[in-house]
Amino acid sequence: MSDTLLDVDDLRVTFPTRTGLVQAVRGVSFSLGRERLGIVGESGSGKSQTGRAIMGLTPPQAEVSAKKLAFDGIDLLSISPRERRALRGNRIAMILQDPKYSLDPVMTIGRQIVETLRTHEKVSKAEARERALAMLQAVQIRDPARVFDLYPHEVSGGMGQRAMIAMMLVTGPELMIADEPTSALDVTVQLDVLKILDKLVAERGMGLIFISHDLRLVSSFCDRVVVMYAGKVVEQIKASELRDAQHPYTRGLLNCMPRVGFERHPLPVLDRKPEWAA
Amino acid sequence: MSAETIQSRREWLLSDRPASRLQARLGRAYVAWRRFSANRLALVGMLIIIALLVVAAFADVLAPYSPTVGDLKNARLLPPGAAHWFGTDDLGRDIYSRIVYGARWTLYVVILVAIIAAPIGLLVGTIAGYAGGWTDTILMRITDIFLAFPKLVLALAFVAALGPGIENAVLAIAITSWPPYARIARAETLTVRNSDYIKAVQLMGASPFRIVLRHIMPLCISSLIIRVTLDMAGIILTAAGLGFLGLGAQPPLPEWGAMIASGRRFILDQWWVAAAPGAAILIVSLGFNLLGDGLRDALDPRSGDQ
Amino acid sequence: MSVAENQAAAGRGSARAVAILSSLGRFLVIAVTTYLGLLAVTFFIGRVIPIDPVLAVLGDRAPTAVVERTRREMGLDLPWIEQFYLYVKAALRGDFGTSVLTTNPVMSDIRRVFPATIELATLGTIIGAVIGVPLGVLAAVKRGSLIDQVARIVGLIGYSVPIFWLGLLGLVLFYAKLQWIAFPARLDVVFEYTFTPITGFYLLDAAIQGQWDVFYDAWRHIVLPAALLGYLSLAYISRMTRSFMLNELAQEYIVAARAKGLSESRIIWGHALRNAAVPMVTVIALSYANLLEGSVLTETVFSWPGIGLYITNSLQNADMNAVLGGTIAIGSVFIAINLFSDLLYRLLDPRTKAG
Repeated sequence: MSDTLLDVDDLRVTFPTRTGLVQAVRGVSFSLGRERLGIVGESGSGKSQTGRAIMGLTPPQAEVSAKKLAFDGIDLLSISPRERRALRGNRIAMILQDPKYSLDPVMTIGRQIVETLRTHEKVSKAEARERALAMLQAVQIRDPARVFDLYPHEVSGGMGQRAMIAMMLVTGPELMIADEPTSALDVTVQLDVLKILDKLVAERGMGLIFISHDLRLVSSFCDRVVVMYAGKVVEQIKASELRDAQHPYTRGLLNCMPRVGFERHPLPVLDRKPEWAA
Repeated sequence: MSAETIQSRREWLLSDRPASRLQARLGRAYVAWRRFSANRLALVGMLIIIALLVVAAFADVLAPYSPTVGDLKNARLLPPGAAHWFGTDDLGRDIYSRIVYGARWTLYVVILVAIIAAPIGLLVGTIAGYAGGWTDTILMRITDIFLAFPKLVLALAFVAALGPGIENAVLAIAITSWPPYARIARAETLTVRNSDYIKAVQLMGASPFRIVLRHIMPLCISSLIIRVTLDMAGIILTAAGLGFLGLGAQPPLPEWGAMIASGRRFILDQWWVAAAPGAAILIVSLGFNLLGDGLRDALDPRSGDQ
Repeated sequence: MSVAENQAAAGRGSARAVAILSSLGRFLVIAVTTYLGLLAVTFFIGRVIPIDPVLAVLGDRAPTAVVERTRREMGLDLPWIEQFYLYVKAALRGDFGTSVLTTNPVMSDIRRVFPATIELATLGTIIGAVIGVPLGVLAAVKRGSLIDQVARIVGLIGYSVPIFWLGLLGLVLFYAKLQWIAFPARLDVVFEYTFTPITGFYLLDAAIQGQWDVFYDAWRHIVLPAALLGYLSLAYISRMTRSFMLNELAQEYIVAARAKGLSESRIIWGHALRNAAVPMVTVIALSYANLLEGSVLTETVFSWPGIGLYITNSLQNADMNAVLGGTIAIGSVFIAINLFSDLLYRLLDPRTKAG
């Protein structure tokens, strides 16, 4: 990949707490082209905070610093909040984990999609509606006109997450951050949603950051994988070469995956060494 | 006391392996106290209530004049000054002294209401929660009915029938203020009713009466205390309102609400007669509200910002 | 959309009908038992507590013949349960007996005075909501800031202040000293004969008839008591708004709204407040009910000829029928608002529509 969409160098996110400063992200670096990058780690590894820092959604009390945090050549940390907001939802978008909570419960799905569009583009109401319906069609919702007028609680989780994807893709962003986009869904619909996401990302030539705790999912879905532990990147590797991973933590994660035909007792326990975090 | 002994005492209190029940209890109380005392407004509230208690206890010492007998000849409706800090009323009585003695009546009302209403609510709530079924349905329907009534108006009607007087006012307020306690006690009971240790006590053959009294009621106490503290301000205001309407304490009792009522006639020219007792009510209810808020935040972190 | 989802949608239709019917049934049971409860309590107060209910109603100077007739009319020789039945029947007809003080049927007195109270409480609630909601929103958004502290103190004082005392001080300041407002009453005597109310809400009536001098005068009379009641309701509304808003602002859909690039004001007023609005309606309705009750003390201070003043005047004259009639009147409206706010909550929240 030649053209760099996102360049992250030494990203740090620090939260003040009652007992002192806590570094959630401690010097993360990677770069991303128009490809699919997976970020894997356990909960608390800082993977979600990395995604939110790129979005500019870090809570106000926390501090974000980096040697470089650039999207398409724009230095994200030096532009004004207003300029940052104009990028969000427009050129950089994000999908959250659980549509049950991430969609506004008292607003119809259609209005939420239209809202994204009309925030960033000057389009008429009728045109916005047309594009929202087309977007719902694109995420393979068969009856877009009906779903348009439904409230989030009236649709299933899989349908809700498709609506979420539609809401975030309607403006045609170049970079998509998906934070555990299928973890809250039924196993049966997880693959459907992933396929839709994969297809759209490929069709539109977007960059994708796929944040997950599920190494197998990430390795089958992404081109490259970043493994995080305690706020740091412990290994960056091509998904196809994952079997040859060097770092013991990555190997540990791999070992934890059950395989058909192999019964293992006792189940392996993930090894965690403080020096990896140092 | 050296810094070191303080340090070791703190460690003893905060130990996560308490050696005795006493240590565990003290440790919990210490943690709650630290949370409570970090809240400056709550401390102010506590100081106000302590001041109220002190004033009520030492009213005889603190009050320079009699609260009921005034100097009609020389001291009628005097403005605040060196001899009479808050001035005097139409019967020549020192308003400061009357407010000091009034603290006793305020305490009398809130304590009596609390010890009548809280046990009624506790009993109704724990029985409903433990018994379940129809008992629960009926008791809670009655509770909800009382909860839906306008409290002050109902208290007015009660006092109208019972006759004016501070005891009847207390009774009327108590009758209208038990339902929230019943709801809280029921909610707490429901959370523990099916727990293993209650089952264990049942297996040992304890009677329902004993279970409710010895094992369930004690668990409801802390949330009940918070709620009662938060209600104290409302009780004071209702009692003062009844006093103001002439239905509560009768003259010459130095009850603050009744004092405002008697100052009402002179409000345009001798405003201080009504001003001081009202300020006393405001300060004391504010104290209870601040204390209640602080207690809730310290003892019940779940509802931190509600 | 899958077949299963279509079937589920079809099934939801009939499930919704059942849910609506059962919640309507529940609502009726609650409404009926609550009203019966109110009547039972007033019956208890009027008939059981007094040693001689007839004397409680007539006073102790009534002639013996009247006492005997009233005793029969009240059915005091019947068993209690039968007395209660007659009592409920009379109450449902709106018959609360006759007031000793005004010699009118209590019901017609109540009809005459109630609009004054409604006008006062309505204006108070409007003031409370218009200031309280934005104050609560700001306090939640700028949590821990100066405005949050100020809102908290203002609210706490509102919870702690005796309203009748604040009213008296207000009279001293705004009427006696500054002369910004008119003396305690509803309207100047000058207008007693030139102004004919239509609805009983003087501000509205004056505006309809274009009598702006009356409107101005009515305003000068109502503004202070309404502002005081408004303060009480502001204290409650702002505190609840803050708490609801803090709850909503912590939700994931707020993060999603930020990710969409919406402006902060759009997120706060368009998303968080819209979600908080559902419980807020209940809070505002409850605060309205509380103001009806709070009017008892306020009306006394401001000589406002509403139901509160009616009850306290009757109390002073031991006019039991009028006191209980007034209690039932306020109680009924209070209960009705309570019940309807609950119903309104269900109607407003799209999540409860599906049952």
